[in-house]
Order: sequence, then C-alpha cells, then structure tokens
Amino acid sequence: METPEPVFKIRDLDFYYGSVLALNQINMDIFPNLVTALIGPSGCGKSTFIRCLNRMNDTITGTRVEGQIRLKGMDIFGPGVDLIQLRQRVGMVFQKPNPFPQSVFDNVAFGPRVVGLTNNKSELDVIVEQSLRRAVLWDEVKDHLYENALSFSLGEQQRLCIARLLAVQPEVILMDEPCSALDPIATLHIEELITELKNNYTIVIVTHNMQQAARVSDFTGFFWLGELVEFTSTVKMFTRPENHLAEDYITGKMG
Amino acid sequence: MLHGIRSTFDREFDAVRTELLEMSVRVDTAIDQSMKALLERNTEVADNVINGDVEINKARFKIEEDCLALIATQQPAASDLREIIAILYMIVEMERMGDYAAGISKTVILMEEEPLLKTFKKIFKMAEISRHMLSDSIQAYMKRDPVWAREIAIRDNEIDELYKIVFQRLIRIMAKEHDMVARCTYLMWCSHNLERIADRVINITEQIVFMTTGMLKEFE
Repeated sequence: METPEPVFKIRDLDFYYGSVLALNQINMDIFPNLVTALIGPSGCGKSTFIRCLNRMNDTITGTRVEGQIRLKGMDIFGPGVDLIQLRQRVGMVFQKPNPFPQSVFDNVAFGPRVVGLTNNKSELDVIVEQSLRRAVLWDEVKDHLYENALSFSLGEQQRLCIARLLAVQPEVILMDEPCSALDPIATLHIEELITELKNNYTIVIVTHNMQQAARVSDFTGFFWLGELVEFTSTVKMFTRPENHLAEDYITGKMG
Repeated sequence: MLHGIRSTFDREFDAVRTELLEMSVRVDTAIDQSMKALLERNTEVADNVINGDVEINKARFKIEEDCLALIATQQPAASDLREIIAILYMIVEMERMGDYAAGISKTVILMEEEPLLKTFKKIFKMAEISRHMLSDSIQAYMKRDPVWAREIAIRDNEIDELYKIVFQRLIRIMAKEHDMVARCTYLMWCSHNLERIADRVINITEQIVFMTTGMLKEFE
C-alpha cells in the first residue's frame, strides 16, 4: 500500500512559553483519514502541541514557535495566513462541551453564517441536518432544534459541538480531552463517532485516558517532558513499545 | 455476540472469529488430504499437506497477533475476554492437529510402496470421527453451546476404542509376521496421530465450556 501524503508535516518544532521550552524538536507526520492520539503525563506538551496545529496558542501572549508546520504544503506560520480560515480547516473540540447558550439550530448554523458560507435558511437547514447527522445526533435532537443547547446532556452537548464544527467543513478535527467530562456510555458514543468521522476527516486527539487512545486511534504519539519520545502505530505502541519511558507509562509504572 | 455501541470492537472481533473458522477448514482439509494420501499412496498429495502446514502455522500466528491487539487496544471484559482467551487456546490445538496431519503425510512418504492392511478401515473410521468432532466443535463454538461441546468430547471414547482395536491387531500381525513390522509400525503412527487429533478436539470443547460458562474443567 502506498503511503498517503500527510495532512500535517511537523518539522523541528520548538515551542516556548516565555523562556520556557515546552516543545522540543517535534517531528511528526499526520496522515489523512486516520486518528492520531497523543498521550503522556500532565505537562508533557501534548495539549500545547495540538494547539499549535491551528495556532490556538497565538492567543497566549509571550509564546514563540520555531520550526515548521505544513498543512497540505501550506506553512501555517507563513505570512498572510488567514487564521479564521486556518481554524475553519482545522477545527477543535475541547474538554468541556461549550455550546453557545442558543438553540441547537443556531449553534450549528453559527459557523456557516460567520464564515459567510451561507445565510439562506433552506441552505442552512441542509447544513444543520447534515452536520447533526454526521455527529450522530440528528435522531436525538431533530424534534428539539429550537430548544436551548444547554438543556441537553453533556454527551449530547459534546456531539453538538462536533456538529457545529462539521458545519464549516473542516479537514482536520483536533480533540483535546473530548471525553473527560463525560460518563462511560457518552464516552463510547463519542469514540464510535470518532471512528465514523475518520472516513471523512483527519483526527488528532489528546487524551489522558490511555485505553481510549488504544481504542480509537491508528497512530499514537507518546510525549514526555516536551519531547515526542515514541510515535508509532497504536497496536505496536500498546503491544511492543520500543521506548522504555513509553512502556513504563503505558504499563502504569511511571510516577 | 450482542452488537452494542462498541461497533469497532465488534467488527474487529468478528474478523478474528472468521479467521478462526478459516483456520479450522484448513486443518480439516489437511486431515482429509493426509488420509487421501494414505489411501492412494499418493506422495504428491502428502507433500501438499506437509507444505500446507506452513499456512496453518501462519494462520495461528496471525490470529494470535490479532487477539493480542484486541486485548491491548479494546480492553475486552467478561465473556468477550473469556472468548479471546479460548480462541488463543483453540488455535494452538488446531495448529497441533495440522502437525499431526502433516505427520501422517510424512509417514505416507516413508511407506512408499508397502501394501495395505485390513486394519486400514478402522483407521479411516478414526479419521472420519475426528473430523466430525472437529467441525462439530467449531460449530458448537459459533453457537456457544456448552452442552453440545460436552457431547462432542464424549465421542472421543469411540476413537479410543478404535485405537485400541487397531493397536492390538497391528501388534498381533507384527508378532506373527516379521516382514510386516515396518508396515504395521507406520500404520500405528498414523492411528496414534488420529487419536491425538481427537484429544485436541476435547481441549477445544473445554474452551467452549470455559468461554460460555466461565468454568475451567477438564473432560476426561
């Protein structure tokens, strides 16, 4: 099988919070239509790393990046990069579901309206339904589209956030601990959704839950003190890791 | 095999079950072909069985790898976990059955043009029953039927009885006619291999009981 062209090529990436080096010489390829999981102890840099991929760290003052991240060939730190467009192409789902205190419909229609995709009601209807279907939420909310999003369960809210993101037609979905606020069943729903979504999107997920990384991902990267210590297929990582730190972390011998 | 929300796990698990099924067909074919080789004194067929054993071994390692990956990545529990453990045992048993079939084929090659003996029929009966036991055990596994599994194990008594008869007859012939010793010894090896194949089926049925009931029990 031919190796597909990576969606993201990360080369010699350093990241600083002030003078503190948080990421040290990260090199990674992220492949299309696969799930890449990032694991490692707290403070190892995995969240910092994922936030580099759509330049979310730009919102923190005093940060600095060196090295290169290319999104399908485009240098995302290059001059003239439109951040709104970048974040539309590379969307993000956060730890806690954060729907707007508006109706389900307005939440999903928000993106298409803002980026100017459309403002036409019937077109929006189509986008909203399609996005909710893709997030496997449609059946649960189709009769409640104009109810406040906050009245739904946390698991449904998180899927709504995913639907909201899908509405702007992203290429990559970044997920930063998307299930840490959810119960086990809601978690399984999100995990199944992730597997479903990878048919159409590239997914990068940060998780503290190693078992979750094992269940949902194709590739796993283990971060340790700001370095990407091991990056390999998930099956290999969880059956025959090469690095002893990765082995110790996965087997719970660390810390 | 209740399919719930863990469809990824269910799908991957089903793939392993299919591989197990395919492996059992390979093993059954190997036994069948080794007996054909014996009946026809066909060294070409015997060679095929011997060479084909590599594929059976490969299938075993592939399933082992897949089970390892399932355990490591999907954290199976309860009946799922027991089934995976059972599969890991079952494939070792089947792999050994493949070795026994290859063993029969090797004996066929050693026998060359030695003429056949009457005892032969009983040896074929042993092969027939063993093959039934194997295919029944795989079906009992697919149907998750511990009662059927127990019944299959009981059929080993028939095999043991036949083996005893074959063994005694061959001894008697050897005692009488010294130029028959080599021929009889070869057939003794073949019947021994068939007896062992049936014993391996019993181990499979024990695994079916374990995975369906959680009970670890040895069938005598």
